[in-house]
Amino acid sequence: MSTMAVDVHPPVWRRLIGFNLLTGVILGVGGWYVGWFGAHAVVAPSLSFFGDIDFNELSLVLAYLGGVVGFLTGLGFLNYPLARLRGYPSSLREKETQGVGRYFTLCTDHKVVGIQYLWGIGLFFFIGGLNAMLIRTELLRPAHQVFPAGTYLTIVGVHGSMMMGMMTSGILGPFANYLIPLMIGARRMAFPRIEALTFWILMAAGVILQTTIFWGGFPTGWTGYEPLNIEAYQGMDCYILFFALVGISMTLLGINMIVTIVTMRAPGLTWTRLPIFAWGVLSTAILMALAAPVLVCTLSLALFDRVVQTNFFVAAQGGSSYLYENLFWVFGHPEVYILALPGFAIVLEMLPVFARKPLWGYRLAVAGLLGVSLLSWFVWQHHIFVSGINGDLRPFYMLSTELISIPTGFTFICGMMTLWRGNIRYTTPMLFCLAWFFNFLLGGLSGVFLSDVPSDVTTHGSFFSMAHFHYTIMGGLVFTFFAAIYYWVPKMTGIQLSERLGKIHFWWMFLAFNSTFAPLFAIGFLGQPRRAVTYAKSLQFLNDWVSVSAFALGLSLLFFLATFVYQLAFVKKPAEANPWASRSIEFQLPSPVPVHNFDRIPVFSSDPYGYGEGPAPSWTPAGAPAGRD
Amino acid sequence: MATHPTTAAPGADRAPHGRRVIVAWLVLSIVATPLVAIFLGPILPPGNASVQGSGQVVDNTVLTATITPVFCLLLVFFVYVLTRFRAAPATALEDGPPLRNHNGIQVTWIVVTTVVVLSLAGFGTFELLQNGSGGGQGPSPVAVPAGADHMMQVQVIGQQWNWTYRYPGYGGIETQDLYLPENTYVVLNVTSLDVIHSFWAYALGVKADANPGVDNVAYLKTKGPRSFEIRCAELCGLWHGYMYQTGHIVPQSQFAAWIKQQQTLNASIARYMPKYSRSYYPDPQRRGG
Repeated sequence: MSTMAVDVHPPVWRRLIGFNLLTGVILGVGGWYVGWFGAHAVVAPSLSFFGDIDFNELSLVLAYLGGVVGFLTGLGFLNYPLARLRGYPSSLREKETQGVGRYFTLCTDHKVVGIQYLWGIGLFFFIGGLNAMLIRTELLRPAHQVFPAGTYLTIVGVHGSMMMGMMTSGILGPFANYLIPLMIGARRMAFPRIEALTFWILMAAGVILQTTIFWGGFPTGWTGYEPLNIEAYQGMDCYILFFALVGISMTLLGINMIVTIVTMRAPGLTWTRLPIFAWGVLSTAILMALAAPVLVCTLSLALFDRVVQTNFFVAAQGGSSYLYENLFWVFGHPEVYILALPGFAIVLEMLPVFARKPLWGYRLAVAGLLGVSLLSWFVWQHHIFVSGINGDLRPFYMLSTELISIPTGFTFICGMMTLWRGNIRYTTPMLFCLAWFFNFLLGGLSGVFLSDVPSDVTTHGSFFSMAHFHYTIMGGLVFTFFAAIYYWVPKMTGIQLSERLGKIHFWWMFLAFNSTFAPLFAIGFLGQPRRAVTYAKSLQFLNDWVSVSAFALGLSLLFFLATFVYQLAFVKKPAEANPWASRSIEFQLPSPVPVHNFDRIPVFSSDPYGYGEGPAPSWTPAGAPAGRD
Repeated sequence: MATHPTTAAPGADRAPHGRRVIVAWLVLSIVATPLVAIFLGPILPPGNASVQGSGQVVDNTVLTATITPVFCLLLVFFVYVLTRFRAAPATALEDGPPLRNHNGIQVTWIVVTTVVVLSLAGFGTFELLQNGSGGGQGPSPVAVPAGADHMMQVQVIGQQWNWTYRYPGYGGIETQDLYLPENTYVVLNVTSLDVIHSFWAYALGVKADANPGVDNVAYLKTKGPRSFEIRCAELCGLWHGYMYQTGHIVPQSQFAAWIKQQQTLNASIARYMPKYSRSYYPDPQRRGG
């Protein structure tokens, strides 16, 4: 299989020279300045003629674009296309890299990309979480300001954008990239270089969003509504570029997943034998590939409005702020299901293992995932029920929004019936999955109020809707994200995580989470608007309760981070190949998984859920012989 | 640990689990649902300061009562399943019965959820069409209460970061405060001079976005005199959090006196005022980019 003939390590300084993260950062900074001064040289004369030199948006935008191009060049993304242009044969040499250094380079091994994603997304998740702590610090008092008003809005916006932008790839990035090729019996993703590209674009995007603080921040929150967007200072460009890059990353990730799952399944892996996690990834990837381009286009229009004075969204010049709202939510509602659907799939994937029963109602579960994926295109106007959209359409969107609870209910009944008469083990990943039912139930039931137009008149834009989507996204996505970490990280790293520490983390996080967000339903019902820095004095007790709980929630995540890093870096307890006695194929492979995954391509004869149906099928039959990719 | 022990003999557990769960659920729902409707219903938002507000309270009560049995079902189910089917340490890896499907359960579940969902949507539509439920309906409203042509009009103008009001029935005067007469049907024409705001009179159950260049119509029937808080519910920039006011519903006579006083105040500035219009395009537009 592999490969490196020589095992002589060159000195450290020598290894730093080449196409890697360091070179990427250096060229990124260089590219930034090239863009900045280049655009300045061209544009400045005309701007100074109009006396508007302070608002040279074009320089800033081109600087960031130059930075991204430099960064990707430094990582080596141009090497392969240039080599092909010069007539060299195709190869996947990047996959053979060994050692820790490959995590800081362009590596086309899907298992490396998965782990890169895990740490990269984790980093930005913690930055987003830190912003949440700052928000709750500000809201300890009804009127006293800890932060200046503009800073507070930037904190709110960075928190929202970071979570909605980076966490869209929270499951698909680390876990689908790592596991889908294993689950479908392939040696790699369909487009390994694009897979690496999605990760590094996302990292560039996250850094760009953070740099908004050098340009005055942005006042719009994660939705970036027009025309406030146009009116904002240059920090707004960072938001636009961030989200557009995230959109490009999502589109590529989605296409890669679809093509991989459709075309690269091993022999015998029919659609009804596909692990339900792969179905969840597929339904999410369809949304990503189709919804994210809308976001990129919308933000491009917004950027044109800001930079080159077009008028797509300026009412006085014939544009419309509704255009932005509609385009944004055409992306934005599939977006929230991009966040939620992988959670459904993870729960359904793990319940059979820990209840020792087959997945109940496989076809119904698949119908549920695809049904949500389809229906999520027809509900977006419920975000703008009171905005003055065409009034005739509101009953339709009320209906379509409520209809989506039917396929969501499929996930519930399939999960519940899988537990029924099972032999339930309360492992850490199982606890996180069970918490999903509780959290998503509350999230879903509160959604009934938001979907109902008369009730939405009061709950829209209040803390009620904020509590609702934190229950569905944090309670749905982030809890299953941790379930996936506890379940699959032993396989990914070969290091077993402590059940005891995991359970402490779970109960701490679960109680703190509910103590934080359940009172927010009441706060919203009592009339506190979102994103407002002041609130009624009578609501101070509830807000303080929420803030203190939120700090406890933040500490539970710090506890996780500390124990996680400690166990991976110092304890290093070796994991068994199949610590959960799962029948899924990834657990039949050795830990850590070999570079090319399978010596021989497996042939599938059943789905991985045959608990109680006799001995597990053998996964190493005479398939295609091993070969290079 | 690649062991996959086979299951205990199928059908060994013949206890009537299903019947127990259903009976417990029915009992709990029959007790809990009326309690929720009777005790929680009246304190649900937004209160009874307007006809629209009262309508929303009814709506919220019905929704809460509807979701109560759903919540009870999952509560009973999970408490039963998670305690009754807990693995003993010795047999933790023993497989359960290989139940893969049950058409009856699937069909029942689909039918019941569909019926619940369609009834909710039907009920919501019915409630909405009564009087618009206080929500902004855009320039050409659909859910129009009877007699809308003769209602008192008040224009709400959002601007960074304040609300002002114009009364077209009283010469288009512009005021800093919102006064409404008691027991009166009012048409609110909500618009904005700059970015998107959202006019939210929480106690009255009114919320309507203020969009630049758009007349967003909401209907409101006031009840007795009281004060109410007005907030902006759409992020509108730096001082969004401070964009609040107190509005007043006052007796007819007091309203007449107030509007007369405002007309006097407005007389001196009337010639500088833009003509009353359903929307305004101030010049120059603020533009950072």
